[in-house]
Amino acid sequence: MSGLMTSTALLMIGTRKGLWLARSRDGRASWELTGPHFSMTEVYSVAIDTRGRAPRLFAGVSSEWFGPNVMISDDLGESWGDTAAAPIAFPPGTDASLRRIWQVAPGPRDEPDLVYAGTEPSALFRSTDGGRGFELVRGLWDHPHRSEWQPGYGGQAIHTVVPHPGDPERITVAMSGGGVYRTADSGASWSAANVGIRAPFLPEGNQYPEYGQCVHKIAPCPVRSERFYAQNHHGVYRSDDGAERWVSIADGLPSDFGFPMVAHPRREGVIYNFPLKADAERFPPGGRCAVYRGTDAGASWEACTAGLPDDGFWTAVLRDAMCVDDAEQTGVYFGSRTGEVYGSRDEGDSWRQIAAHLPDVTCVRAAIL
Amino acid sequence: MRVTLLLPGTLRQHAGGAGRLDLELQPDPTLGIALDALVALYPALERRLRDEQGRLRRYVNLFVDGEECRRLAGPDTPLRDGTEIQIIPSIAGG
Repeated sequence: MSGLMTSTALLMIGTRKGLWLARSRDGRASWELTGPHFSMTEVYSVAIDTRGRAPRLFAGVSSEWFGPNVMISDDLGESWGDTAAAPIAFPPGTDASLRRIWQVAPGPRDEPDLVYAGTEPSALFRSTDGGRGFELVRGLWDHPHRSEWQPGYGGQAIHTVVPHPGDPERITVAMSGGGVYRTADSGASWSAANVGIRAPFLPEGNQYPEYGQCVHKIAPCPVRSERFYAQNHHGVYRSDDGAERWVSIADGLPSDFGFPMVAHPRREGVIYNFPLKADAERFPPGGRCAVYRGTDAGASWEACTAGLPDDGFWTAVLRDAMCVDDAEQTGVYFGSRTGEVYGSRDEGDSWRQIAAHLPDVTCVRAAIL
Repeated sequence: MRVTLLLPGTLRQHAGGAGRLDLELQPDPTLGIALDALVALYPALERRLRDEQGRLRRYVNLFVDGEECRRLAGPDTPLRDGTEIQIIPSIAGG
């Protein structure tokens, strides 16, 4: 832990009314908050890009009045800037306009200028200049399935972008009301990758379509590049073959509904989840605040509750509002729709509150810098 | 001919701090042409006033001599010499 005591832990907290930054300089024992940054804008995505000489922070923001934008900081959030021209914009001929930026995803480590963005409406954008300017990936925008992709309750969006860590031509994305798609030719062509994922909102007999599932989140296994985990609109899954097929890992969870899915950065098979009772009842089962941790790739689960509220927790954790940091003893974090943020310094064994009374938390990302 | 454009506080940082701008335009301009002239001077205002397809942002009102442009001809609203265009964020948020 000695190295951690001399480093800064940074936790970015995106909310519906701005960005908060939490910093810890004592090994995550205590935190100082600043914010709101970008007051009165929705912050649907944040990212900490540690590939360059200095960390770069991203925030995908959206103002009700003035539209969406990508904000960048190269000084750990002390100052922010953007480009004069819109960094992400649908080109002429698409007749589409950007609604939100749901995901900013740094590319592979050996391509530090490559950054991806997933948006609403469902589209993938690629930047080759470190995230200052993006271009639409036409192969996915022009996909023949597009007309049948449906919005989820939160909108039709590509909310997860997973560049392959070792093969720059491979990217996997997940979208609401469309499912998982992947490419092996840098985005020129895409195929649906939802075999085994159920769509419970379709009639019996039609619940395993090729596409159209409402996949809430996918998480790659950082250790085993062909392994993914998924939290679906009812259903929790794992794939061991690069999303070719999915198997259920929901047994042992109190519910198979929820939004986030997070994988440990180094320990294979360790994953985190925050179940809600059902799509029609979006509370934690029994009003119990619990992060569920699996240590065997989802074969079994345990509730992690030490330090979490035990007197009723009637709120939800959204798909990007849970994350891990990259410390040796990995920190785990989540934020709720009631503006509370909790963190664990011991991989989920125990928790403490980092922030309260914030607006609806939409996304979190953390790193040790 | 000259028109005057008034910016709200939240947008002035993207116009060099100016809250009042006078634009010199060719004869018979429209509101859309005035906006084109504005964003040519201050490109960062483009995406804050219009989306990438050129549509006015839904929650940004543009009053042309006191009348909201959507009750007139929208971006095709004709302007006269001395027109005042006031940009005001509309009721939104929660």
